[in-house]
Amino acid sequence: MREFARQHPVWSGIAIVVALFVIWAIFAPWPEGFEAIFGRKRVFLNAVFSGITLGALYFLVASGFTLIFGLMHNVNLAHGSLYLLGGYLGYEFAEWTGYWLLSFVLVFVVVGCVGMAMQVLVFRRLEGQELRQTLVTIGISVVAADLMLWAWGGSSYQVMSPDWLRGPMELPLIAGYGRDGELVYLRYPKVRIAILFAAIVIGIGIWMALNRTRIGMIIRAGVDDRDILGAMGIPISRVFLGVFAFGAGLAGIAGVVGGTFQSIAPGEDTRFLMASLVVVIVGGMGSLQGAAIGAVLIGLAEQLGSVYMPTYAVVLTFLIMAAVLAFRPQGLMGRRG
Amino acid sequence: MSSNTPPNQTLANPQAPRWWLWLVDRVAAIPAHAWAVMLVLLVMPLVADDFFLFQIFGWTFILGIVALSLMFLAGYGGMVSLIQMSVAGLAGYMVALFGDSGTTISLGLPWWFVVPLAMVIATLFGSLVGLLAVRTEGIYTIMITLAMASAFYYFTRQNYTIFNGYTGFNLVLPPDLFGVNWREPVPFYYLTLVAAGLCFLLVTYVSRAPFGLALQGVRDNPRRMAALGFNVTAHRVAAYAFASALASVGGILLVWQNAQIAPGTAGIHATFDILIIAVIGGLSRPSGPFLGAFLFVLLSTFAPDVLRAIGASGERYKMLIGGIFLLVVFVSPDGLLGLWERWKAHLTRDDMARGKGETRP
Repeated sequence: MREFARQHPVWSGIAIVVALFVIWAIFAPWPEGFEAIFGRKRVFLNAVFSGITLGALYFLVASGFTLIFGLMHNVNLAHGSLYLLGGYLGYEFAEWTGYWLLSFVLVFVVVGCVGMAMQVLVFRRLEGQELRQTLVTIGISVVAADLMLWAWGGSSYQVMSPDWLRGPMELPLIAGYGRDGELVYLRYPKVRIAILFAAIVIGIGIWMALNRTRIGMIIRAGVDDRDILGAMGIPISRVFLGVFAFGAGLAGIAGVVGGTFQSIAPGEDTRFLMASLVVVIVGGMGSLQGAAIGAVLIGLAEQLGSVYMPTYAVVLTFLIMAAVLAFRPQGLMGRRG
Repeated sequence: MSSNTPPNQTLANPQAPRWWLWLVDRVAAIPAHAWAVMLVLLVMPLVADDFFLFQIFGWTFILGIVALSLMFLAGYGGMVSLIQMSVAGLAGYMVALFGDSGTTISLGLPWWFVVPLAMVIATLFGSLVGLLAVRTEGIYTIMITLAMASAFYYFTRQNYTIFNGYTGFNLVLPPDLFGVNWREPVPFYYLTLVAAGLCFLLVTYVSRAPFGLALQGVRDNPRRMAALGFNVTAHRVAAYAFASALASVGGILLVWQNAQIAPGTAGIHATFDILIIAVIGGLSRPSGPFLGAFLFVLLSTFAPDVLRAIGASGERYKMLIGGIFLLVVFVSPDGLLGLWERWKAHLTRDDMARGKGETRP
């Protein structure tokens, strides 16, 4: 950051101006002329918040994907299927036990076990053959999509959030002026705030675990050079198993979250697979911070895009990805090599 | 192969023009089983019924062409690209957009303009994706091309001005050239057969031409090829361009066969289907994709009936295809062709062990 600011004074200046403008646009009430060009501030704020919340969801899915990729160099194209499975199971558990929070624990354990089974039965047998591993995950995703269609049918499911998370809450952000000139504050669904908060907590938790614990140290060392790590006597296959289970469990949890604030239906698996791919490509493969940045960026691009240019929203996402690939093929936070 | 016949012993008159000698050598190099397959395919309309000609063989050749473009990139270039179905879909869309269809946004231009235009646009699109994809290697290529393929799918679903959104285009018919209705089973069979045959020959030729050989060198050792003065990136992007042109042929035929095109035509499942076809058939030879396509078409057409016959639900045929794909990837990384070749090598080895096999040069 400091190096960048020193070397590129012009770009840093532009970045500061843009950042100040965005902060002003979010916090200050918009003047008349500004609203005439950009539409109502409420719409803008809602798009920004939906974008960040969607980004939080994308982060939950993509962080598992990027951890698995970073450590094992395995593109798990069945990751979307794990997300969908988590959503369906979360629905079943929430209906069965009646506790929304409990369903997270159960889904994490069950989908984590599915991930472990995949690691033991599939990836360990094709150790070191990255292309074949990827092909196998495609086969698994095809079979899993069909199995889930069989079990849950084609209709969409909504996981019900508990009572204490229903309804909107008022945020200390000015949405505009009311009829009598008084300030109106933004109202936003409580459950989405909770999701955003939970994603931040989980993200910081993973970051702390990676950077402050011994297991995190082992995983980071494995990302850099797994052969040397194995040679130093670390039981690397057990680390692989743990990370795979954890990443799969995260995808499962994300499924419950997605089922609560959107819905769960066939086809969501490929949607979230694509989202995690784009997030990881933009953020940098194997990097947790990159996943966070990429997720927020893509979430914002999707929501702002769907508000301000409805038929070209996907193009915006695509352009971000193409720009990153063109100028920084390793991703925003990725390392070369 | 011509390398088997020394240059001064060609089968034709040495005074004949060089292209004629070249052609005779090539034709003489075609193995017997290839002649047999050709003969069978040519007389197929005598025995097969319309459903087989149009639905089974027509579809096989079309999917085979698209999978062939993937085989070219993966087998000779070492780049597993999942964008091929999107390129084919774009070509189909362009034919529908610039030519005639049942929707009002079609421009109704003549076919001799529309078909090359569609191919050029699709080839440009594929090359552009290739330009981005070749900046990365190996499994990254799969991820990036898959992300772009799904972006293409979601874009066609959202966009109404070019792609007509969810509904897409219908009533996209081939031109009435020579007074023939090319959607009749027999004409369509020969149309797709000729297209598939030309694409097959072209890939076989390019794989032995200097460009194809350099591409295989780039696949095996990009650094050494760069050191020898070859432009690695240019070869890879050119491979994408060539493969995209092939895929666009498949896409145009596909839109004519279905008489319609919608986002699902180039959806993520269709993208995976092409990969499954190419891998099941085998990624090392141009005949693999057609073999894989034939098996895939047979499975997706008849598996529902077979499954119902044994008492299972007919809707589970995707699971069957996915399962067979998993089995092939696990058992034989180079597909059915690889399995066949290993079996043949095994037999030869057994024969030699018994002391009566023919010795290979």
